[in-house]
Amino acid sequence: MTEHLPVLQVVVPLIAAPLCALLRPGRAVWLLAMVTCALCLLIAALLLDRVLAQGVISYAMGGWPAPWGIEYRVDAANAYMLLIVAAIGAVVMAFARTVVEQRIRLPASKQPWFYATYLLCLTGLLGMIVTGDAFNVFVFLEISSLSSYVLISIGRDRRALTAAYQYLIMGTIGATFILIGIGFLYVMTGTLNMADLAARLPAVADTRTVRAAFAFLTIGISLKLALFPLHLWLPNAYAYAPSAVTAFLAATATKVAIYVLLRFFFTIFGAQFSFGTMRLDAILLPLALAGIFSASVVAIFQTNVKRMLAYSSVAQIGYMILGISLVSVTGLTAAISHLFNHALMKGTLFMALGCVSFRIGAVSLDRMAGVGRIMPWTMGAFVIGGLSLIGVPMTAGFVSKWYLILGALERGWWPVALLVLFTSLLAVVYIWRVVETAYFQPAPEGRATTGEAPLALLVPTWTLALANLYFGLDTSLNAGVARRAAEALLGVGP
Amino acid sequence: MIDGLNPALILIGGSLLALLAPQGRARNLFMLALPVLGALQLWGLPYGEYARIELFDLTLTTLRLDGLSFAFALVFHIAALLAIIYAWRLDDPVQQVAGLLYPGAAVGAVLAGDLVTLFICWELAAVSSVFLIWARRTQRAYHAGMRYLLAQIGSGVLLLAGVIVHLRATGSITFEHLGLDSPGGWLIFIAFGIKAAFPLLHNWLQDAYPEATVTGTVLLSAFTTKMAIYALARGFAGTESLITIGTLMAMFPIFYAVIENDLRRVLAYSMNNQLGFMVVGVGIGTPLGLDGAVAHAFADILFKALLFMSMGAVLLRAGTVNGSELGGLYKSMPLTAGLCMVGAASISAFPLFSAFVTKSLILEAAAREGHWVSFLFLLFASAGVFHHAGIKIPFFAFFAHDSGIRCEEAPRNMLVAMGLAAALCVGIGVFPEALYAILPYPIAFDPYTTTHVVTQLQLLAWSALAFSVLVRTGIYPPELRSVNLDFDWGYRKLMPVVATGVWGAVSRGWEAFNTAVEHLVKRLIAGLARHHGQYGVLATTWPTGSMVLWAVVLLGACLIFYYL
Repeated sequence: MTEHLPVLQVVVPLIAAPLCALLRPGRAVWLLAMVTCALCLLIAALLLDRVLAQGVISYAMGGWPAPWGIEYRVDAANAYMLLIVAAIGAVVMAFARTVVEQRIRLPASKQPWFYATYLLCLTGLLGMIVTGDAFNVFVFLEISSLSSYVLISIGRDRRALTAAYQYLIMGTIGATFILIGIGFLYVMTGTLNMADLAARLPAVADTRTVRAAFAFLTIGISLKLALFPLHLWLPNAYAYAPSAVTAFLAATATKVAIYVLLRFFFTIFGAQFSFGTMRLDAILLPLALAGIFSASVVAIFQTNVKRMLAYSSVAQIGYMILGISLVSVTGLTAAISHLFNHALMKGTLFMALGCVSFRIGAVSLDRMAGVGRIMPWTMGAFVIGGLSLIGVPMTAGFVSKWYLILGALERGWWPVALLVLFTSLLAVVYIWRVVETAYFQPAPEGRATTGEAPLALLVPTWTLALANLYFGLDTSLNAGVARRAAEALLGVGP
Repeated sequence: MIDGLNPALILIGGSLLALLAPQGRARNLFMLALPVLGALQLWGLPYGEYARIELFDLTLTTLRLDGLSFAFALVFHIAALLAIIYAWRLDDPVQQVAGLLYPGAAVGAVLAGDLVTLFICWELAAVSSVFLIWARRTQRAYHAGMRYLLAQIGSGVLLLAGVIVHLRATGSITFEHLGLDSPGGWLIFIAFGIKAAFPLLHNWLQDAYPEATVTGTVLLSAFTTKMAIYALARGFAGTESLITIGTLMAMFPIFYAVIENDLRRVLAYSMNNQLGFMVVGVGIGTPLGLDGAVAHAFADILFKALLFMSMGAVLLRAGTVNGSELGGLYKSMPLTAGLCMVGAASISAFPLFSAFVTKSLILEAAAREGHWVSFLFLLFASAGVFHHAGIKIPFFAFFAHDSGIRCEEAPRNMLVAMGLAAALCVGIGVFPEALYAILPYPIAFDPYTTTHVVTQLQLLAWSALAFSVLVRTGIYPPELRSVNLDFDWGYRKLMPVVATGVWGAVSRGWEAFNTAVEHLVKRLIAGLARHHGQYGVLATTWPTGSMVLWAVVLLGACLIFYYL
């Protein structure tokens, strides 16, 4: 059984999704989805455990050996990503039931479709990570993208429809670019297996086709991961999607795109070609810095807190890309550990906002005045997530900032290190605006004085909030494994 | 006992939980249980190192128990317990939380096995203790607290700097013997020195302690300085210069203490003097010297707490502790007067009282190592102690001329706390073996030899005679309402005057510069707001077509870049 873990990781949610759609509406659907997510998490944890103990796991789909059949290949980097996605998927699923029952523009009879779509999206994300086949990446990318458009469009706000539509256009362009890139590579090498591609590419590296493939992949992936200035689809999509969907997508979707970027440019093309010959860092670095700065400033001026956090996500993605463009073990460790830490902090923040909107029906700053007094637990979690986002010591966010600054200093890039510190102060400003409004301002006229959010929402929110604190102290997973993954990607480690 | 649990965590964790308990007896009982549990935990743990935490590349040993740390941690628990009983009727959550957090931090510091943990506890102690001063809620106390905090944080910053230098040079953060020659040694030494109130670094102590609340002073007297003595004993045992520093420390406060009017400030000066003895003990650095320093710290915490508690009771009942306004209080507060005299006898090292059996260890160590100059000065200082702390405090507060103040006896809880402290003082004096048994080094020392007892009695008798003669003949400086100019006049008065002059010139230039910068920043923010503000181009929703255009432009740019 255990040797089939890699494929089970994808097959379990894939089969559960149509089952969800077939079941009668009711609690049982959620239960099935929840059990599926829990199983995924269990499988991911087992996989990570095995990879750390035994090294790379290669799984030949249907018994067809590697270059001909589809290979699932799990190393430290993707086992770690699987754990992030599966964990967030499970926690948000626990959160989603109450939200779906009461806060989504779906009649009760259609609610099973939500869970089916959610599981499909999870399938797509997990598949993109686990596969060792370049074309498979595209297939799973489409599965996850299509289902996420649907998930976004069911937000209560009518603007969710436009947001989903724009995301659809941009996402499809991104996916198409990726497909074109993969197609070019296939033309040149005649293979789709990643390891095989990596072996054959150097021979044909100096051709226009490969360079064009490189360009299409750069832009295609950058679109999916919302690199500034290709992030324009993101703020609205996150702002108007249902809170559970935002928490799930913000914590996983862009992270998986970053993983795909790492896979393509470090494993397939190789760090030497990508950064030595093609100077990819010359494109990524300025865009990352501009994104960090610009999105942080925009976040300060936002009045819709959800949209504010969406812009903050763009800035955080900038930190990850910055870590990657340092092209060093420390820089990559920063980027990879930030994948994990950012999932924790943004998951916490968006779920806390979900609690707020569940009770007071809005997440704009003026409506949130004084909410800290009536919802102390919710805002407590928000503050912890906020501290982690800022990068206060003893929180998870500090760990990745620390490595990022170390990495920048290793390269001797003082101004970059200073910019990271300065933009952390910008994060202080926009988080403080929320804290100040929630705790120190009188409640606005005419807002119903409801109490704290229900436990069904608070428990998942606090699970992630406490994880922020835990992983700020015990860094063996989010920094230790990240370092191993970074070493594996750069090909310097054991 | 829970295996490997740091006793400091019981106090620190409990300080926050205490707020959840309802005000009154329930909370008091809960708080009382904490130091008892902590002490039991401490007692049950075998010596060793526990609770290692990995923080980045560093390994923190948050709990190291050996003879040295055990003695300090134990007496800290006792002091915390006494303070809680003493403050039984206190209804102030700020002081209650600070009164647990601060001892917890101090216990954490003496149990810390590495410099980073030490630093964290060092700062936590500084920050939590200042609330005991601010809790008096007067303007004066606020400013004194600020000055206190500056000194404490300054010490912490120096410590951190020293630790970083040390780490860079040696790659180790273990808190073992450092010495002045080790990298960063001087920085750490001065950091410890500030907290131990070395001469010229001492002013924060006399400045702040008398301004704290009734309970606050009792707590403050126990922890901060003793924590520093522990740190010196751990890191700088046997450093020659400590002998000179300690001797000076023991000498100079005597003169200030004689002319000071505020009796709690007199006690603060006498703290300096007692710390001097301990610093000498550490400086000698032999097992006997270190044992003496530890034992004296142990005894000092108890009798100094007793004295501060009795003066706190006087402050509570009579409303003042100025020698010039007090007198004849023994009629109203006979029990407090009696307990205060036990404390006075202890600090003066009467035979059968605690300091006699501890101070003689230090004097013996000095004599054995041949530090005769220090030995003689310390003898003189011992006489001085008796003079200002042993006679002056009880005399002016409870006897002297009758001030006419008639008040109630101290509340029962305060009497219980003082009684316990007094019992411990006498207990140590009568059964010194019990204290000697928990010292870091095994010693065979008998304080009750004829020579010791006779020498000490002679010393005390002559000192008493001198006091009597001086008071009778009217030469003794009368108790006046006045302010003593200590070294801090230099940086609190002189420096500001000089600075103001320089500042005037600088500030005009600065103002002009500021206006220019302000103007620039305003324009910058306006510019940012225009583009990044809610309706700025970077924050609004774009038409889908423009987004796609951007994607294509970037693709084109990439292609060109890669082809080049």
